[in-house]
Amino acid sequence: METRLSRYIWTHTRKQQLWILLVVALSMIPYFLSFDLPKQIVNGPIQGEGFEGPEATQAFLPVSFSLPGFGEVNLFSGFQLEREGMLLALSLVFLLLVIVNGLFKFYINTYKGRLGERLLRRIRFELVDRVLRFPPSHFKRVKPAEISTMIKDEVEPLGGFTGDAFVQPALLGGQALTALIFILLQSMWLGLIAAFIVAIQAVIIPRMRRRLLVLGRERQLTARELSGRVSEIVDGIGTIRGHDTSNYERADIAARLGRIFKIRYDLYQWKFLVKFLNNFLAQVTPFLFYSIGGYFALQGRLDIGQLVAVIGAYKDLPGPLKELIDWDQARQDVQVKYAQVVEQFSVKPLIDPSVQAISITSVAPITGALAAVNLSVSDDGGSKVVEHVSLQVRPGEAIAITGGSTGGGEALAEAFGRLTWPESGRIVVGDDDIHDLPESVVGRRISYASSEVYTFQGSLGDNLLYGLKHAPLTEVVYEGDKAAHRRWELLEAKLAGNPSLDLNSDWIDYGAAGATGPDDLFAKVRAVLDTVLLTNDIMALAVRSTINPERHEAFAGEIVAMRGALRRRLEAEKLSDLVVFFEPGSYNVEATIGENLLFGTVTNQARWEQALESHPFFKTVLKRAGLHESFYEMGLEIAGNVVELFRDLPPDHPFFQQLTFMAAEEIPAYEALLQKVRGRAIDEVSEDDAIKIIRLCFGYIEPRHRFGLLSEELMSQIVEARREFSEGLPEDLVGIIEHYQPNRYMASASIIDNVLFGRIGHRHTDGSERIRAIVRDLFESLGLYNNVLAFGLDFDVGAGGKRLTAGQRQKLNLARALIRMSDFYIFNQPLLALDQRAQEQITRNVFDFLRQDDRKPAIVWVLANPALSELFDRRAHFENGHLMSDGAVETPAKDSDYKELAS
Amino acid sequence: MLARHSEKRTVMLLKDEVEMLRRITLFSGLPPAKLKLLAFTSDRVMYSAGESLFHQGDIGDAAYVILSGRADVLVATQTGQLKVAEVEQNSIVGEIAILCNTPRTATVKTSTALEALRIRKDDFLKLLADFPEMAVEIMRVLADRLSQTTSELTEARSRAQRAEA
Repeated sequence: METRLSRYIWTHTRKQQLWILLVVALSMIPYFLSFDLPKQIVNGPIQGEGFEGPEATQAFLPVSFSLPGFGEVNLFSGFQLEREGMLLALSLVFLLLVIVNGLFKFYINTYKGRLGERLLRRIRFELVDRVLRFPPSHFKRVKPAEISTMIKDEVEPLGGFTGDAFVQPALLGGQALTALIFILLQSMWLGLIAAFIVAIQAVIIPRMRRRLLVLGRERQLTARELSGRVSEIVDGIGTIRGHDTSNYERADIAARLGRIFKIRYDLYQWKFLVKFLNNFLAQVTPFLFYSIGGYFALQGRLDIGQLVAVIGAYKDLPGPLKELIDWDQARQDVQVKYAQVVEQFSVKPLIDPSVQAISITSVAPITGALAAVNLSVSDDGGSKVVEHVSLQVRPGEAIAITGGSTGGGEALAEAFGRLTWPESGRIVVGDDDIHDLPESVVGRRISYASSEVYTFQGSLGDNLLYGLKHAPLTEVVYEGDKAAHRRWELLEAKLAGNPSLDLNSDWIDYGAAGATGPDDLFAKVRAVLDTVLLTNDIMALAVRSTINPERHEAFAGEIVAMRGALRRRLEAEKLSDLVVFFEPGSYNVEATIGENLLFGTVTNQARWEQALESHPFFKTVLKRAGLHESFYEMGLEIAGNVVELFRDLPPDHPFFQQLTFMAAEEIPAYEALLQKVRGRAIDEVSEDDAIKIIRLCFGYIEPRHRFGLLSEELMSQIVEARREFSEGLPEDLVGIIEHYQPNRYMASASIIDNVLFGRIGHRHTDGSERIRAIVRDLFESLGLYNNVLAFGLDFDVGAGGKRLTAGQRQKLNLARALIRMSDFYIFNQPLLALDQRAQEQITRNVFDFLRQDDRKPAIVWVLANPALSELFDRRAHFENGHLMSDGAVETPAKDSDYKELAS
Repeated sequence: MLARHSEKRTVMLLKDEVEMLRRITLFSGLPPAKLKLLAFTSDRVMYSAGESLFHQGDIGDAAYVILSGRADVLVATQTGQLKVAEVEQNSIVGEIAILCNTPRTATVKTSTALEALRIRKDDFLKLLADFPEMAVEIMRVLADRLSQTTSELTEARSRAQRAEA
């Protein structure tokens, strides 16, 4: 990148800068005219110059000029106007000039803004482009937050400056010069005085501002470091709390902020000192005008109109001048910023752009071998982790790499995966160096997966298919407004030097996954997920998710239909007591009293709480059903039990997880409340207190809490009240509750709750697991399995995939590599988070998966468990960075010999 | 049908469970309020005949207090499952595995319909930490069992020696 900002701007916006300069030059004409006009108005119609007689007229708008050697050319002799007419005409011209000047300003500012924003877009893109091409070692040195601060914040002022880079000095310089020339024309002396003061300002002020620049640079660096530290705190919060070092971090941040404060305060002091001096110099000039100019006027050597015009013109001098000085300040400021950023992004060696060039066509398979040739790799400290290793992986071969964490096998795999670059030696594919081949070949035909996983924020499905998105494969046809918008997008992208790749295009390379299109891709997805044992996890996520039944009408219908199927199945397997179904006419003992009363779920907890406390509806219905008093008694009983059980426990005791009626900190309040209402009937207790007690009932489940509070009579009363609740629900409470209806899908409940339409009993320890297995089985037999799985693929994995477990992330990462048909698969202990048994199972599955349909890609697997090497053709053993042995895996016969020896 | 269910369920309540717990040596020394807490934090579980509470070799995650019914304690041997003991109402099983983090030493399989209180490992350990008298009680029970096992072993050895001679 260019090291000088002004050159960078000139290179990319030359034409536009010249155009805007031309416009600025044109705008000078009305600007200059508007200076002369006040003098004409004052001297002419107001003071009467040239209107000596009452009927005297003057020419308005005569167009004449003199050509040298030709004489006066008179094109238009003008309109003859009287004094009042002239005043009006000239004033109107003045107004016209104001408008014209304003319009020029509007056009120039808009144009400049656009120019700046385009350049900002260009710089930001170029920086990110460079990040994509940084060598791997550089990422170990920089903090992500610092890079993003640079791209986001530090280059921002550059955009603002771009438009002003050349226009501002031209415009302001032009204005200042115009004003100065005008003053000079009016009065040589006054003009010289003004010019002298201007010269002083132009020399002194920028000198004083040099210190500001130094401070500015410090401010930039410290702020960038601060953002790096803040992101470190966020990323390392577990470590900080775990080691009780939060106060060390506080001290560090406070010290940094102190330094930043000092720098910023210094900046302020200097800034205002410079401002003071600048203002003073600007104000000295009018003092000289009034004293000297006034003196000349008194002596008659300067007419008053001239003096007024000089003073008027001077008003326009300090403004542009000050802005010019400010501009210079801004120029130096952004130059410093730009140089800083460019320095950070000038990393060598950058990956050549041709390596990452887009390739839309599919890439031919690699037929040569992948090999390390005399390869050495060092870690950051400079010690060699792989030393002079030569290892060839022929197409179709399966090689196990063993030797544990210090062996060097991992480092070799990383080098194969291009995560580290060789210190010496080469990695070759056929005859070519792997780093010279385009990424469209090595990034597609060689797949790499390790236990270090990065998942992007987005859906699970997007992450799974991420490795297929190499190029926009379809041409999207836009129509109407969208077409116009797309044309605009393309044009702007071109003007800002951005690529025109269409994000809306289908980027998924179905062929690379062995599918022909979106329709049969799902089978591949399913196969891959089964291979890495992720399907059940995703199903579990799917059934817990909620869907919009209006958007998935058919599916919702099938789910509702499944309720009956589930019942029949449970009956057939004699497991009916596993689930207690919701029946409109009977009490569901496994559900809370609240659910039984409302016969539905609360969709908006906050509104519900509020309604419960203040809405008269609940009280009326409860009273009418004769439940008001029973609920109060029951609430007292619950409160009493809870207080008795939990009173002595500290608030953070794990037993409080079992407490669903109230929060741990509410217990003292209830204890006091019980004291207060003891021995008093409900009508003697205040409304608020009664509600506090009654609401405890809503969370009660008899088989779970076992306080023995529900009687047969009470249950039928609750079922009785249920109807009133659903039918009499007032207007303002509609939507707060979603009622259970046996033949309707509940939008606020999860898929599994919709299937069950009931509650799993508390009495079977493995009840929910058994139900889940049965439901999964039902999905399969009813042909809904894939639909449900698709909902699971919509699951948002969160920032960095944090909503998945480490094991799930590693499985996903492996699946992402597997779904893409490559010639070489490099697996660098990809499943470390899983237990031994699962690792073994998945490794075997992967072999089956990659060996089906006559495919025979090469597999290089860095094994944590050497026992698995029997699956492979060859085994390469590493110790201390050296390849110790490399040969065919011992035959099973030998293996059993060994076993006998060992036992 | 639901009504019948619920009627059955209301038979044994928290307070009955407390009574049950009190009859178990391990818990007999605890104040009633703590027993109630223990009962409240535990799950009531039901098994039909022939179901397993847990299997030998599983990681222990809970102990079971049998409220009603009977179960066999089975140990895997080379010749198959060997019944080593029977547990019934008012006894506790599975407490060893949750105390010393070892896999289950035996399988417990119900011989009749069985109702039990399932005490989770974390809750149980928390209780031990909170109430040292309970820990002492556990120690006493374990020491009892050890001495019993030792004397049985001695007897078995001397029997073996006699047989050899």
